[in-house]
Amino acid sequence: MKVSAVITLKKDVLDPQGKVIHQTLDGMGFKDINEVRQGKYFEIDVKENDPSKAKKIVEEMCNKLLANLVIENYKIIETQ
Amino acid sequence: MKSSVITFPGSNCDRDMDVALNKFGFKNKMVWHNDSELPKSDLVVLPGGFSYGDYLRCGSMASKSKIMKSVISFAKSGGMVMGICNGFQILVETGLVPGVLLRNKYLEFICKNVFVKIEDKNNSYFKNLEKNIFKFHIAHNEGNYFCTKDQLKEIEDNDQIAIYYCNKDGQTEEQFNPNGSIRNIAGILNKEKNVLGMMPHPERMIDLSLSGDDGALFFKNLINNIK
Repeated sequence: MKVSAVITLKKDVLDPQGKVIHQTLDGMGFKDINEVRQGKYFEIDVKENDPSKAKKIVEEMCNKLLANLVIENYKIIETQ
Repeated sequence: MKSSVITFPGSNCDRDMDVALNKFGFKNKMVWHNDSELPKSDLVVLPGGFSYGDYLRCGSMASKSKIMKSVISFAKSGGMVMGICNGFQILVETGLVPGVLLRNKYLEFICKNVFVKIEDKNNSYFKNLEKNIFKFHIAHNEGNYFCTKDQLKEIEDNDQIAIYYCNKDGQTEEQFNPNGSIRNIAGILNKEKNVLGMMPHPERMIDLSLSGDDGALFFKNLINNIK
């Protein structure tokens, strides 16, 4: 089944790319933005059909490789 | 004295490091990332470059490569491991040194000579160095050192901050910080002081006819410290 993981920067970590995107959007006329934070999205097709087991596998991947827990948080989303 | 330089796919300072180590008396071996055995070494160097194209996060893929298991156990048994630039990024990804290296604050690749200051010489890398301020080269996109408040307190309490960015007089004000690193940190040691990660490239400063020779002072001192 497919499991997705969204990786975001923790609140206290500076995100210069997010800032530049914010400024650019603002310059384009999107004036209603408080903040932009850029993250990463992974869609992983695992050979496991049990949703809780599949989630666990991707969680382990996030802990060991996909996210750096010093600066990033992750959220697992089941897709199908 | 024996040294090993690990070459990852995308390393590009591995041969410069080989030249520098041999020039100052090390018997250096190049080791491929896919090997599992580390040759007998007094020093292991993770060189600069763009291992695995900087995919995911700089150094993250290389930190999981086959040879790194041996490098990590070598470091954990007290062996000297030095990571320069991308090598520093690999070291933080292994967790051998604390913190992470983020994208430079102003989102630009920085390639220039900088001054750095070494404050604490109570370790095998810097003891007996005659100067405190060195002119080294930096070339990186992700050198913005970051760690949590708790980690920062710990590394400060343990004298783990190896190198600071500064001006020619050794002042470490924010204006002499090229990339946004907290506390102007350019290099970090592990708690035991046998693992060193730093963004500056001493191997690019080993000859006056090229760019300078402050790196030569560093390597000459290093081999004497290891002997």
